[in-house]
Amino acid sequence: MSVSTLPTRRDEAWRYSDIDAVTAAWPLPAPESIVVPAGGDFKRAIVQDEGAIRQIEMSIGKGATASLHVLNIGGAYGRIELDVTLHEGADFHLGAAQIGGGAQTLEIVTTVTHAEPGATSRQMVRSVLGGTATGTYLGKVAVARDAQQTDSEQDVKAMLLDRSATANAKPELEIFADDVKCAHGCAIGELDGQVLYYLQSRGLPPAEAKKLLLQAFVAGVFDGAEDEEQLQALALAKLGELV
Amino acid sequence: MMLKIDNLHATVADKPILKGLSLAINAGEIHAIMGPNGAGKSTLSYVLGGRPGYEVTEGSATFEGQDLLDMDPHARAAAGLFLGFQYPVEIPGVSNVQFLRESLNAQRKARGEEPLSGGDFLKLAREKAGLLKLDMDMLKRPVNVGFSGGEKKRNEMVQMGILGPKLAILDETDSGLDIDALRVVGDGINAIMRRPDKAVLLITHYQRLLDYVQPDFVHVLAAGRIVKSGGPELALELEREGYAEIAA
Repeated sequence: MSVSTLPTRRDEAWRYSDIDAVTAAWPLPAPESIVVPAGGDFKRAIVQDEGAIRQIEMSIGKGATASLHVLNIGGAYGRIELDVTLHEGADFHLGAAQIGGGAQTLEIVTTVTHAEPGATSRQMVRSVLGGTATGTYLGKVAVARDAQQTDSEQDVKAMLLDRSATANAKPELEIFADDVKCAHGCAIGELDGQVLYYLQSRGLPPAEAKKLLLQAFVAGVFDGAEDEEQLQALALAKLGELV
Repeated sequence: MMLKIDNLHATVADKPILKGLSLAINAGEIHAIMGPNGAGKSTLSYVLGGRPGYEVTEGSATFEGQDLLDMDPHARAAAGLFLGFQYPVEIPGVSNVQFLRESLNAQRKARGEEPLSGGDFLKLAREKAGLLKLDMDMLKRPVNVGFSGGEKKRNEMVQMGILGPKLAILDETDSGLDIDALRVVGDGINAIMRRPDKAVLLITHYQRLLDYVQPDFVHVLAAGRIVKSGGPELALELEREGYAEIAA
């Protein structure tokens, strides 16, 4: 993950980034390193609410589980970069929401490497974007040659509140084993006008109606988080600014 | 007068659908509008409900003296208008209870009333669900997701009961209902809306709902206008002779 020279838009992993903001933050500190020992159970919530580039390298030991919940909402440029390596029978779960308006650029960039057999990974990412904001998910799943019985899933959805907002989503698979299950799904859409009208016909003002639908759209990503209620509340407050 | 529609003209995608419709409804009255496919029945309900895409080109509609056509959909609801949808939408991830409580409290706020507490709301919801024989568990599920056609229509009536409107416009609430459900829905409409301070506009193709919800007035809508009005006997006449004969 660590990049020694300032990236440009030609670097795939920085293609949609706010390069001016990256330049201003350069050089980046060394990535945070998290090691989950064999059989361990790790949980963490990350709230990015002031504009930052966060890089995390994580190694999940044999039979260990790790779950990350990410809320990426703040600052002109917010980037969360995860480089996760799974050992035999390990389990990784990512539930992430990025919510941006104005001219914000928000990114979640993941590399999940199944280095050994029988590991599972689940990534669920929801983006809500208004104004001229850009939200990007780049997710690479790499399966090593002997990492048989790998089971991985990427479930990525984005909701655009304005036609001027941009969502990028790129699941990427690199598979060298032959007995694996790697599912990936991706959808980008906008709020359904019929549903919005239905809610308004019952008395909800347009902003409240949108907020209710968007809250439902991102809700699932925080399932199982230790501070689920706080994450939901922060997400809801940010959604309230956008509608 | 509760609702007064005068010479209403409306277009959908520039196509004229309503062509000079006039109608007056007083508190305490139940009106039925019947008519053939394409006459403009659903358009009338959507124009009154303020649905985007339905453009009024001429005429007026007032609700208790206020210009209805100038109000946003949510303001119409707060003023006391309820629209029962022919095709209620499904909303994954949003529970009926949350949606209805927020809707009711948004209406109350707009009217300058205090919000209803969670406990009081659930009591109200349980009472109205019971009236429509809809399991309370269904109200905790996402709005209309996995509901049968009949359950969706009963859910519309539960919503009407909870929101407590002055005027309900029910667009083919009887379509998709079997005979037993039709009776339940009919009884529900009577229990909730047959009051001196409330009124109903029933839009339907068929006489059968009117067996349960006895109208005071029946109107025939054809080609965008009311072509004939009468008492309950008019519905029977239509059923017997068909629209072609009466609307000619």
